[in-house]
Amino acid sequence: MFAQIPLLPEQASTHASAVDSLLTFIVTVCGFFAVLIGVLLVTFAIRYRRRTANDLPKPVASSLKLELTWSLIPLAFMMVFFVWGVQLYFSWARPPDDVMEVHVVGRQWMWKMQHMGGQREINQLHVPVGRAVKLSMISEDVIHSFFVPAFRVHMDVLPGRYTTLWFQATKPGRYHLFCSQYCGTNHAKMIGEVIVMERDEYQTWLSQGVDGSPASEGRKLFMKLQCSTCHNSDSSARGPLLEGIFQNNVTLENGATVRIDETYLRESILYPDAKVVAGFKPIMPSYLGQVNEEEVLQLISFIKSLQHGQTPPRTENADPPLNPVLEKKKGKSP
Amino acid sequence: MSTVIAEPSSRPAEPASKPVNYLNVQFGVRSWLLTTDHKRIAILYLISITVMFFLGSLAIVPVRLQLLKPDNDLLDADTYNKMFTMHGVVMVFFFIIPGIPAVLGNFLLPMMLGAKDLAFPKLNLLSWYVYLLGGAFSLYAMIAGGVDTGWTFYTPYSTRSSHTNVIPVGLGAFTAGFSSILTGLNFLVTTHKMRAPGLTWFRLPLFVWAMYATSIIILLGTPVVAVTILMLAIERIFQVGVFDPALGGDPLLFQHLFWFYSHPAVYIMILPAMGVVTEIVPCFSRKNIYGYKFIAFSSLAIALLGFLVWGHHMFVSGQSVYLGMIFSILSFLVAVPSAIKVFNWTATLYKGSVSFETPMLFAFGFIGLFTIGGLTGMFLATLGTDVHLHDTYFVIAHFHFIMVGGVVMAYMGGLHFWWPKMTGRMYSEFWGRIAAMLIFIGFILTFLPQFVVGHLGMPRRYFQYAPEFQVHNVMSTAGASILGVGYFLPLIYLIGSLAYGPKASSNPWKATGLEWQTPSPPPTENFPVTPVVTREPYRYSEEVPVGY
Amino acid sequence: MDTKSPPLAHHFATLKQQHETATLGMWMFLVTELMLFGGLFLAYTVYRVRNPAEFAIASKHLNIWFGGINTVVLLTSSLTMALGVYWAQTGKRNLLTVGLVLTALLGVTFLVIKGFEYYGDYVENLMPGLAFDDAEWHELGVRPERVKMFLIIYYMMTGIHALHLIIGIAIIGLLAFWAHRGHYTPAYYYPIEVGGLYWHFVDVIWVFLLPLLYLAGVRH
Repeated sequence: MFAQIPLLPEQASTHASAVDSLLTFIVTVCGFFAVLIGVLLVTFAIRYRRRTANDLPKPVASSLKLELTWSLIPLAFMMVFFVWGVQLYFSWARPPDDVMEVHVVGRQWMWKMQHMGGQREINQLHVPVGRAVKLSMISEDVIHSFFVPAFRVHMDVLPGRYTTLWFQATKPGRYHLFCSQYCGTNHAKMIGEVIVMERDEYQTWLSQGVDGSPASEGRKLFMKLQCSTCHNSDSSARGPLLEGIFQNNVTLENGATVRIDETYLRESILYPDAKVVAGFKPIMPSYLGQVNEEEVLQLISFIKSLQHGQTPPRTENADPPLNPVLEKKKGKSP
Repeated sequence: MSTVIAEPSSRPAEPASKPVNYLNVQFGVRSWLLTTDHKRIAILYLISITVMFFLGSLAIVPVRLQLLKPDNDLLDADTYNKMFTMHGVVMVFFFIIPGIPAVLGNFLLPMMLGAKDLAFPKLNLLSWYVYLLGGAFSLYAMIAGGVDTGWTFYTPYSTRSSHTNVIPVGLGAFTAGFSSILTGLNFLVTTHKMRAPGLTWFRLPLFVWAMYATSIIILLGTPVVAVTILMLAIERIFQVGVFDPALGGDPLLFQHLFWFYSHPAVYIMILPAMGVVTEIVPCFSRKNIYGYKFIAFSSLAIALLGFLVWGHHMFVSGQSVYLGMIFSILSFLVAVPSAIKVFNWTATLYKGSVSFETPMLFAFGFIGLFTIGGLTGMFLATLGTDVHLHDTYFVIAHFHFIMVGGVVMAYMGGLHFWWPKMTGRMYSEFWGRIAAMLIFIGFILTFLPQFVVGHLGMPRRYFQYAPEFQVHNVMSTAGASILGVGYFLPLIYLIGSLAYGPKASSNPWKATGLEWQTPSPPPTENFPVTPVVTREPYRYSEEVPVGY
Repeated sequence: MDTKSPPLAHHFATLKQQHETATLGMWMFLVTELMLFGGLFLAYTVYRVRNPAEFAIASKHLNIWFGGINTVVLLTSSLTMALGVYWAQTGKRNLLTVGLVLTALLGVTFLVIKGFEYYGDYVENLMPGLAFDDAEWHELGVRPERVKMFLIIYYMMTGIHALHLIIGIAIIGLLAFWAHRGHYTPAYYYPIEVGGLYWHFVDVIWVFLLPLLYLAGVRH
């Protein structure tokens, strides 16, 4: 019976074996000290047990050397834990350059995955073995956390901000995905699976049931929301051109420079007055409430893919979108 | 009032008639509810804290029963979430933070200092009423539908999403915080200003050093969580606030502010416990404590360093990796003073004369379990491994080893050690040892499997879980039943000793320390004449102390 | 005239010990108060660094006249308080009572002015949740929700400060009552000193609140 009690988690990612090595080292060192203290306690308790009622043991002189020894040796071991841990931490935090991206949106109480090829999944994530995968994650409501024990990776998923997580699976199989930041009633049910497949199987899976890719969905949204009314290549365009801008630096009205990344693009869609590009007026309406987090990610995918000359044309005779706040006398109170 | 040189081992005159002590000097409910005697206030706290301990324990019973099966439906999700929240809130704010300071600290601190009372006796009584008020708010919240945010109240769930009584519980924790501040303030000022003649800092018992360090943490940390709970309440009521992302607010700011107190809070819990153990071990080894100054300064070091490590609760929160590095290295540093204490306690046994009465059994239990708990902290301070273990049962096991295997063991040890002094009665040594062993065994069976199941990946706060985690959960629940029996026994035999226990002498353990030089139970003014201290504490090697 | 000997509590050996204990106790309490306000100051700092434009512009909308007059009122009350302590030390019972009463009255004046100021804030749509106009801030080119953040912090900081002031007024009032009864002598006046410490602390907090809240933006 005891042989069937699971003791150690599976290793299914490149990171997992690295974490397990460090874990084993810490267990060994700490185990040694635990056993040492235990043995000393038991030995002293037995060897020096009270013999007569009025035993009067002689004092033992204190020793600075001893105190320093048993302070500095544990400290030295801890520094090894620290340095080794930092190395692992940085490798967990920094994805390699060649990654496969997946967008993850968490909400009470489900995980929504969006692959760049257009595949969508709920509570499941299909990935190929041997490929680095980077998740860009955001929450629609409260804080969640994306946890795959078999990969030894873990990252909180926050509202209002993207967080990222990367891994490279090493073994095909189905692995638990748990939400591990308490998020309400069905926190324990916000679970799923990461399904790691061999390359060819994965290709097969990719070709099934595909909606538009995020970029193509984003393009549809871009046109539906009439973004190119302002964001076009006319000389009198009211908004900056969005072609080929991702990862560039841009100067703002207040003189500051900002890097165009997912965070900046999201902010510009939802809170356009925040960082206005130099030479343009703050007249862009906010799309807060009109697009959800998934749609924001789709727009961002589209903008990332937008190359020179590819801005969709304006639909004809369409009025520019109203800035509802500028147009009205009095805005809404909260 | 005159002072007489009273060597701690001399015998003051014994009155011929039945002695008047703090318990029988006045009878009646009013004399208790309006008392300013620190000893009576300690007993009042003892009763309320025991009630809270059993309430918090009751809350976890349905949780552990629910966890017997992976897809159990004994409790629905909402009820389960409310039960573990109640367990956390009651145990943290109303049992373990006040625990040793309010009961043992209140009773012993003035006596160990040779004083007649704390610096502010009326504030002391006020602190008990404030504690009751906080308890009332929280219990109301629990009865009127409960709270399901977890004791950590993370935003935005607690401000925007939870439909439960967050504000009453927040108010309860806020109020309990003020009770804690009043206690800490009293202890700190008393230690500075009310030491008996000749009682210099390095002649103080180490329990006093521990309470002093604890008071520093209480004063500096508690107000921060108070104002954080206030900000949370305002945001929840008005639905606008500083933690709301829609206004540019940062949910991580809540976490920083919350943990800025709640991490040092665990040192508020552990330092008094270490102080208790440091009193027990020399007494039952008949030896001077090894490394007095190291233990004293390590308490201060823990208090200081404890304020610098809070971010280790946030390694995967989205905070910067560089910040993570800083918190990690500081978290290792704060472990060193605790290690120093463990080695010094062990060294005290060396060439001593060790006996195994109940207090000493609890002290041994503390040293063993606290060591394991502390060592498992290494996995969590290490960035690379914490990423995997964060928010799993590994963390739950870690802090229960320290809080229950550590603090509660020490509390029980201290309660048994000073019970004769506080009540004038001896309890049954046989049942004491049974309880200590049951608690030790039950504890290990409850929490050791949780390290394994956490490492396997079982997350915290799950009312249902993956099937492969079942065996560990069953072991844990089984252990919890034994632990429950173990805690229930002292309730019976300690209360029973009040009626049936043999009368205790002033110094049944033959311990050093000013509190043992006065009758059991002590008179209201503690010392008929103010003692004058001329020698260091723990002088076990010079002569066997006697009592009368 | 009250001719009781100075009250020495049963657990103290000397009046000096009692005095020092009370004073240390109040200083320690003020440390906790500092940490309490510290949390608010931290929130302010974080959000000011992130939203400098909104904080500057919102700060300019606060009524600097009320803020300034209130500062003078509170500083004057600290003067009357300090004078009260001096008069207590030198045994001038009537002047001590006057000093304490003036201090309390100035405190009340502060609160009254604050009340008018809050009313003005309401009329000017500077109360998120009750009276606020997003459009007004859009026209100025800033994000209304970040302005709300400033205002929320403003109300929390000044509100908690006002609460402390109310408690202070009650304490000073009580001291004034006992002073009038002749309870304090040059040998026993430390309650006045300790009360004064608390009052000065409340004043110092305001001295920090004023520039942070009212002077965050440049006023021409």
